[in-house]
Amino acid sequence: MTIESNRKQIDKKNDALSLNQWNHHNVLDLDDFSHTEIVTVLSLAERMREILDRRIPRVPALRGYTIVNLFFEPSTRTRASFELAGKMLGADVISVSASTSSIQKGESLIDTVRTLRAMRADAIIMRHEMAGAPYLAASHTDASIINAGDGAHAHPTQALLDLYTMKRHVGDLKNKKVVMVGDIAHSRVARSDLWGLSKMGAHVVLCGPPTLLPRGLGVSERPEHAKNALPSVQIETDIDKALRDAHVVMALRLQSERQENGLLPSLREYAENYQVTSTRLIKAQPDYLLMHPGPKNEGIEIASDVARGDRSIIEEQVTNGVAVRMALLYLLSGRVESTQISEGNAP
Amino acid sequence: MNKSDTQNLIQQEETVLDAEAIGRTLTRLAHEIVEANAGIQDLVIIGIQTRGTTLADRIGTAIEHFEGSTPQIGYLDVTMHRDDFDRDGLRGTPLPTELPSIESKNVVLVDDVLYTGRTIRAAMDALNDYGRPREIRLAVLIDRGHRELPIRADMVGKNIPTSRNDTVRLNLQEHDGSDAALIRYGGQEK
Repeated sequence: MTIESNRKQIDKKNDALSLNQWNHHNVLDLDDFSHTEIVTVLSLAERMREILDRRIPRVPALRGYTIVNLFFEPSTRTRASFELAGKMLGADVISVSASTSSIQKGESLIDTVRTLRAMRADAIIMRHEMAGAPYLAASHTDASIINAGDGAHAHPTQALLDLYTMKRHVGDLKNKKVVMVGDIAHSRVARSDLWGLSKMGAHVVLCGPPTLLPRGLGVSERPEHAKNALPSVQIETDIDKALRDAHVVMALRLQSERQENGLLPSLREYAENYQVTSTRLIKAQPDYLLMHPGPKNEGIEIASDVARGDRSIIEEQVTNGVAVRMALLYLLSGRVESTQISEGNAP
Repeated sequence: MNKSDTQNLIQQEETVLDAEAIGRTLTRLAHEIVEANAGIQDLVIIGIQTRGTTLADRIGTAIEHFEGSTPQIGYLDVTMHRDDFDRDGLRGTPLPTELPSIESKNVVLVDDVLYTGRTIRAAMDALNDYGRPREIRLAVLIDRGHRELPIRADMVGKNIPTSRNDTVRLNLQEHDGSDAALIRYGGQEK
């Protein structure tokens, strides 16, 4: 307890989390997050994770702060996760779903958001089927807008929880091989993950059938002006090549409507060629991590034994999601002071 | 007091405890803690971030010297439980909390300077979320007065009379390179 604990103590001081770098009023996507800001969120999430494990996981830090969940699309985990995160920090949280609100009577998005702000909502968590809807909302209110998924565009809080979960297991993400398999083109998770992972220096590989891969990301096909604007990734259509030496494998949900739209011959053929299976994972690093943003279709994009296997951290992603969202709400809820107030000098 | 006297006082920083005095005081606090608890059975010493955690470690080391074994030590961060952040919209940076089980234990909270008592209130609120200790005592290195809540310390290293405008600071080897408790006079009370 003597020297060792002292050393531990000092090391903890060095890990000093600085909230001064935080510069966001909204969380819309990760493309405008700096490396430092991402690190701030992940470090703060670690502190929040500790609160989750308490006997009574509730602190009064956000007392008097009002959060509205405004969901135009169905959701289980994101919505419940934000609701719990807000409540654990002592905020007031209410949920509005489009199907039972005045949106049914034709109220516009802008009016809905302004109405909620008029009731003193401090933060609005928004999910919408149209890409860009949260940006529109943010430009018409001074409440903080958090994008909880907009169309096929972005899902920044999912990306942050993915980064946090990876960091907890593999530490520094620099040069770690992260492979995303599945319907990349229609995945807002993949898109936000891409920004986050590339800012953390990971080696990102996107894998899927050519019809489900986004265009313009391959090094050979990127126009000159896009080189700096887009994150750098590797595109691979052969899953066996993609998985080789992977540190992290993330399977993405295949939406059945893709088959109806003619992008896939059949779900069975997709599963045959792109399902993440234990046989295929033999080529990955021995201590690979298996992730899935959920909801998952076992037997299509991922085999059941793999999803529930001992390398799967899918459930931990869900738990970490609450911690990451607590960190974001805490950051958004106020201006952060530069130094800890100590009892000696407290006013 | 005329203007130039006030000016002089503002410049002044006085040492109220030097390194040796801090060492002796902590040893005495360690003895008082063990005495009040009649041994180290069920004793958990919890330092409040940041300076309090270092003092808790040192008190633990002192107890080890004369008792032959170390009591359980914990670190508590109270940032999320404070009531004086929201006044100006400020948010503190949370620091790590690491606690052993406190259920039915005799907890001694350790902090560097006791002032308004708000940190201690926050610490007791926070502890509630971790379990139900049998009792909570409070040990502080310096009590500078001006309580705003009905809170007092059970064990006090040194009482220092201060004005609200003064600043009391504790420097510790682990953070600042050397040990010293300092007071900076802030002039007349308004």
